[in-house]
Amino acid sequence: MKRALPILAVLVLLLAAIAIANPFFLEPAGFLAFLKRAAPLVILAAGQYFVVVSGEFDLSVGSLVTAEVVIAARLIDGDESATWPVLALLIVAGPLAGLVNGVLTTKLRVPSFIVTLGMLLVLSGAVFLWTGGAPRGALSEGFRAFGRGGLGPVPWSVLILLAVGAAAIWLMRADFGRTLMATGDNERAAALSGVRVDRVKIFAFMLSGLSAAVAAILLGGFAGVSAQAGQGLEFSAITAVVLGGVVLGGGRGSVLAAMAGAVTLEALFTLLNLYGISGALEFTVQGVIIIAAVAAGAVRLPRKPTPRRGDAHAAS
Amino acid sequence: MDLLTRARRPARLPHGGPATHLRDPVRVVFLALAGLVAAGWALVALDGGQFLTLESVVGIQQRSAALGIVAIGQTLAILAGSLDLSVAYLISLASLVAAEIMAGQDGNIGPAIAAVLAISALVGLVNGLVIARLRVHAFIATLGVALIIKGVVDHLYDGPAGKVPESFQLLGYSRAGPIPVSAMLWAGVAVVAWFLLSRTRLGYRIYAVGGNEEVARLSGIRTSRVIVITHVLCSVCAGIAGLLLAARLGAGAPTVGTDGGYDLESIAAVVLGGTALAGGRGGVAGTVGGVLLLAVLDTLFNQLEVNSFVKDVVRGAVIVVAVAVYARHGTRRPA
Repeated sequence: MKRALPILAVLVLLLAAIAIANPFFLEPAGFLAFLKRAAPLVILAAGQYFVVVSGEFDLSVGSLVTAEVVIAARLIDGDESATWPVLALLIVAGPLAGLVNGVLTTKLRVPSFIVTLGMLLVLSGAVFLWTGGAPRGALSEGFRAFGRGGLGPVPWSVLILLAVGAAAIWLMRADFGRTLMATGDNERAAALSGVRVDRVKIFAFMLSGLSAAVAAILLGGFAGVSAQAGQGLEFSAITAVVLGGVVLGGGRGSVLAAMAGAVTLEALFTLLNLYGISGALEFTVQGVIIIAAVAAGAVRLPRKPTPRRGDAHAAS
Repeated sequence: MDLLTRARRPARLPHGGPATHLRDPVRVVFLALAGLVAAGWALVALDGGQFLTLESVVGIQQRSAALGIVAIGQTLAILAGSLDLSVAYLISLASLVAAEIMAGQDGNIGPAIAAVLAISALVGLVNGLVIARLRVHAFIATLGVALIIKGVVDHLYDGPAGKVPESFQLLGYSRAGPIPVSAMLWAGVAVVAWFLLSRTRLGYRIYAVGGNEEVARLSGIRTSRVIVITHVLCSVCAGIAGLLLAARLGAGAPTVGTDGGYDLESIAAVVLGGTALAGGRGGVAGTVGGVLLLAVLDTLFNQLEVNSFVKDVVRGAVIVVAVAVYARHGTRRPA
């Protein structure tokens, strides 16, 4: 967790700043509303973490989220009875896209940057081809409940977030976590010690696809159907993971810190909104803070003397 | 220097043969280009049309010039083991700066070009320094710089702005015979980059740093300086592409770079041309082939009137398959 300390400090500062600007934030309802908004990105960051820590990238999650939301709307088309079958389909489709990414990356030895970029193009092309440019259909109330509704005062999305977080932490403590970490740190050494490297990486990609499916269900619930539902989420998720001190190239960082990175990013957006910084300049501030945070993390802590750049791709 | 010269040519094998041909990505991409042209010719002929008329050849060159120039800059950054995701927003910014300063006056063309080149060099300098000095991964560093530029551009502009004088618009549209001026500009940039990479000390150092940064540093190369220089050159290429697009549009536009998808598209073209994303292997010739291949594919789809979204699907598949072919025949680099 040592690498995660800077981001936790930043997170505490941001939360304090939000609380000062908006005292409602300190009440349970206000804080839960914040967590509900943050849930999709945090879940995506957890999925992206598995891929990044294994030494790869997943650039396809944003378009996968869009595809799932658009597909759900078209298939459900307001029909309440279609809710559960479509949900099941989405949950299966996400890991399936991840499986394709993983197999192409490991078996064909194409860098994951390129594989998932190709998947991004294919998915966004296919979605528009199928919808003819504008999403059609509508989500049912039952589907939207996951993003909008709640169990008493606690939104479903916060409960789902907690479940995903617990599952991710459990996975990283299980055998899978250790072999994944070993694979990302030194693929060859891991392979020589008997780790089925390809299988581990494919599973990481499938987890990323699954997290995109869950995020899509939540986003479709409260943000609604649009062809831009997942736009840019892949970059936000990777940024969140890196903010949490996870090293691009693999082998180092904790999943909890990656999710904390996503909460921090969301807190940053909230704060910028509260202080009325215009929509556009928000990006500028975000860019400066991301660079500063990652640079600060890199400077303060000692690095291992391994080559830093490119090893993500070399390992693929 | 001798060592480095030899070190960058492990891909060429002494003996010929079909397998060797496939080992050289530059050959693969140009063979694929020839195959695509032949297949396109046949398909369009069956459709009752004619592929690659003078008009469409000019169109291919004009359309690919901007992407080509960006991709050549991107090649330099990738060869050094880095990459640049900020080029798309920089292109938009460059087009706006150019059109605003020109303001329709011929006399302002010189200062506008100078300003665009200076600003893009500055952005490249920031990218390079953040990566090399602050040790931020290139992916995050250039993404951060991209967000910074996006914020500024979106804050200041809602739509097209400025005006490009008629004389500068000639850069976008005029041509000498079948060759557009924009294509000559692209060729010029490519030749300069080729010369830099294969005939100068800096070129060898770029390959060395991309091949193994630690070894390069221990051999006495100032690796940070090399990385900074490649990023400055990459951004200047993006600035030139911005000038070209401003000339074509007659104005600056805040979304011209992102609408063209120049960030991921340029990286895809570079990799399609056989340059390794990990750095240290590849070159300009492959990138030129990669850009042309994407442009011919586009033209073919246009002529066959294929749905434009199918294009995205096929393009994604082509890129993945091409890289898989190289990966199959290349050796796996140690992690």
